[in-house]
Amino acid sequence: MGAGHTHRLYRHAHSPVHELPPHTKLAAVLGFVVVVVSTPREAVWAFALYALLLAVVAAKARVPAGFLLKRMLVEVPFVAFALLMPFVVPGEQTTVLGVSLSVPGLWGAWNVLAKGTLGVAASVLLASTTELRELLLGLQRLKLPPLLVQIASFMIRYGDVVTDEMRRMSVARRSRGFEARGVRQWGVLAKSAGALFIRSYERGERVHLAMVSRGYTGTMPVIDEVTATRAQWTYAAALPLTALLICLLGWTL
Amino acid sequence: MTAPSTPVPPTTAPSLDVRGLAYAYPDGHQALFGVDLTVGRGERVALLGPNGAGKTTLVLHLNGILTGGAGGVTVAGLPVGKKHLAEIRRKVGIVFQDPDDQLFMPTVREDVAFGPATAGLRGAELEAVVRRALDRVGMAEYADRPPHHLSFGQRRRVAVATVLAMEPEILVLDEPSSNLDPASRRELADILRSLDVTVLMVTHDLPYALELCPRAVILSEGVIAADGRTGDILADEELMARHRLELPFGFVPSSVA
Amino acid sequence: MHVPDGFINAPVSVAAGVVAAGAVAVSLRGARRELGGTSGAGYGGERTAPLAGLVAAFIFAVQMLNFPVAAGTSGHLLGGALAAILVGPWTGVLCIAVVLLMQGILFADGGLTALGVNITVMGVVTVVVAYALFRGLVLLLPRTRASVTAASFVAALVSVPAAAAAFTVLYAVGGTTDVPVSKVLTAMVGVHVLIGIGEAVITMLTVGAVVAVRPDLVYGARGLTAPLKLRVGGELVDAAPAAEPAATPAGSAKKLWIGGVVTALVLAGFVSFYASASPDGLEKVAADKGIDSKVEDHAAAGSPLADYGVKGIETARLSGGLAGAIGVGATLAVGTGAFWVVRRRRAHAEPGTRAETTA
Repeated sequence: MGAGHTHRLYRHAHSPVHELPPHTKLAAVLGFVVVVVSTPREAVWAFALYALLLAVVAAKARVPAGFLLKRMLVEVPFVAFALLMPFVVPGEQTTVLGVSLSVPGLWGAWNVLAKGTLGVAASVLLASTTELRELLLGLQRLKLPPLLVQIASFMIRYGDVVTDEMRRMSVARRSRGFEARGVRQWGVLAKSAGALFIRSYERGERVHLAMVSRGYTGTMPVIDEVTATRAQWTYAAALPLTALLICLLGWTL
Repeated sequence: MTAPSTPVPPTTAPSLDVRGLAYAYPDGHQALFGVDLTVGRGERVALLGPNGAGKTTLVLHLNGILTGGAGGVTVAGLPVGKKHLAEIRRKVGIVFQDPDDQLFMPTVREDVAFGPATAGLRGAELEAVVRRALDRVGMAEYADRPPHHLSFGQRRRVAVATVLAMEPEILVLDEPSSNLDPASRRELADILRSLDVTVLMVTHDLPYALELCPRAVILSEGVIAADGRTGDILADEELMARHRLELPFGFVPSSVA
Repeated sequence: MHVPDGFINAPVSVAAGVVAAGAVAVSLRGARRELGGTSGAGYGGERTAPLAGLVAAFIFAVQMLNFPVAAGTSGHLLGGALAAILVGPWTGVLCIAVVLLMQGILFADGGLTALGVNITVMGVVTVVVAYALFRGLVLLLPRTRASVTAASFVAALVSVPAAAAAFTVLYAVGGTTDVPVSKVLTAMVGVHVLIGIGEAVITMLTVGAVVAVRPDLVYGARGLTAPLKLRVGGELVDAAPAAEPAATPAGSAKKLWIGGVVTALVLAGFVSFYASASPDGLEKVAADKGIDSKVEDHAAAGSPLADYGVKGIETARLSGGLAGAIGVGATLAVGTGAFWVVRRRRAHAEPGTRAETTA
């Protein structure tokens, strides 16, 4: 985690998916995830089709499967949680390989795993085909409050700088023989965190001065605006619309 | 005190005119005790002084970030105050010491565009201004890079461009040579020399001041303590020692000037 | 822990999204006031973006700082309480919300449809509970640095299980799997009390470190700094209060912290009620549930509220796992302690002290 890993999030390439305007992609991913979440868990085949849809998008975007899977590891804590469900959920029991499992628990685990995984995969695809700055422009275009977008862009811009400062402080600590081994060292670490806060806040004040010096009065000038043609919207909408079709089939079948 | 030996006598109002400026911070610490300073159009002036002399405080008065003490500042005939604040901030381009503070936008291009865009420029006109500013510091090819992917020297140059894009009347640089390697330091000097604007340069780098600025002033204990040709000031050992200024080992100003 | 997609059903996710959006909208306005004037006069909302952005970057970074516990395990800060105390509740909510938004979009950490849930639980609940408690305690305790430190400890300690309890409520209403509420609560609160202790220690130490160097930056402790002086003609005179943000009516301060303490008490009561109803073990199984009943609680089907409130009580047994007991104990102790102090000190609370809104 951390903006310092930005280069690893985004995979540079020229593909139809990369070239879509960011707000269409954001809308498409959100639409897709909403559809996935609203699909009945018993329609197992529907989830297989969703996965297939994402695989098609990934292929179009030239995102290799290995890259995608590695990025999806973020989900692991919840996989662990989901795997507990068959053991703790009350209900009808079934025996798998001699272990007694709860049927509703199994369904619950499946539900969380399938939907969670598809959600993660969709987000990972979005992040790996859209540059950070583009994402911010997209959010701005999707009418997120401008102040929120500004805060987010400052966070992205200075995430690296702050993380760097934290790393330098860690190097400085270790250079003086400090090794964090346990709770007893928390005081020193917390002092670093406090110092980091002060540095970050003071930098915020200096950035503000620099902005004011160039005429800032509270609103960001619109320098770049992203626009999408009808064709681009249609192209982006293909994913959520196909998914919606599958979802509706899932409800009726 | 103020006897500027300007190379070109100002024909119109001077770029900068500071009169009797005094200021105390809200915490009670008084930093300026009546500063008088005039910088003519086209001059390059070095502002020297020990740590804590009030240099940064003075700089923050030039574009109205700090106000409220005694005295006043006039920029190209325009008094610094609430009334003309937007105009003043366009005219006074401050390049802060840490380029990371100055470059707050996601890409170099957007950052350079920030000032002009805030002033209302849009579209092709904005694009042209940005390109020209980046060309002047030789960074045009980095326009679409995020600032944190640049070297420190490159960031400093972009920081200068962000200010140049606003076509300032006077360029104020806070420690422009700090943290630069010798090559970047020289490149920046070449850029600054090539610019046709008034420059006020706050620095501890005395050879740099001598190289770039014909005139130097010493700010000490909140007042201008000396004002004259840079070479003369640096050669005045007694004056230098009194204000805690020291030349690098082996550096003889007369041999350069 | 970031909730993924598909964990909470659609209606509840939407409702949480509305709550989160409302909270963020209100915070956007509040943050302008909070960040309006720590230094220099005349700056209003224009300071919000850079300062909140840098604080968000700080929270983002500090979540990566590892605090070793023992034997190779380590924890990290969640930061909600810390943000609330350092920069105030509005900015705190805003920063956590932005961090969560970016984590969801960039790192797929937390589902996009669960963003509302995540912001509500980790942003709003954590920050509000922490700040209400912190502010209440700071006003009640003597005006010293030690009080600030103690108050941050308590605030952070309670805020984490409070968030866990809030999550449990959402889960009880809109969970996609029928894990008995009491079990979820026991597990969540139990684990989070332990996490809360770590969070509390780190938050306390960090706030202490900032207070020692720049007490003026600790938003929650601003009333504690001495008035500034100006040297005019060699004499010291009181400086005008350096840019107080739009003053809150003095009378509301007391009401607000009482409100905060009551909130904490209600939460504490809720926790104790459910935690004491924890089942006596995994073997206790209600066999009357089949797949059909599971389908019902799903997204668009039926009323998600229909079966809320029964599940937990159905399986209620007063046995109380160790973790649950710790949870009740800690929360109740804090709650009653605060209540006791409120009653004893009500008369002494200084009405002039500036307090900020808490919700």
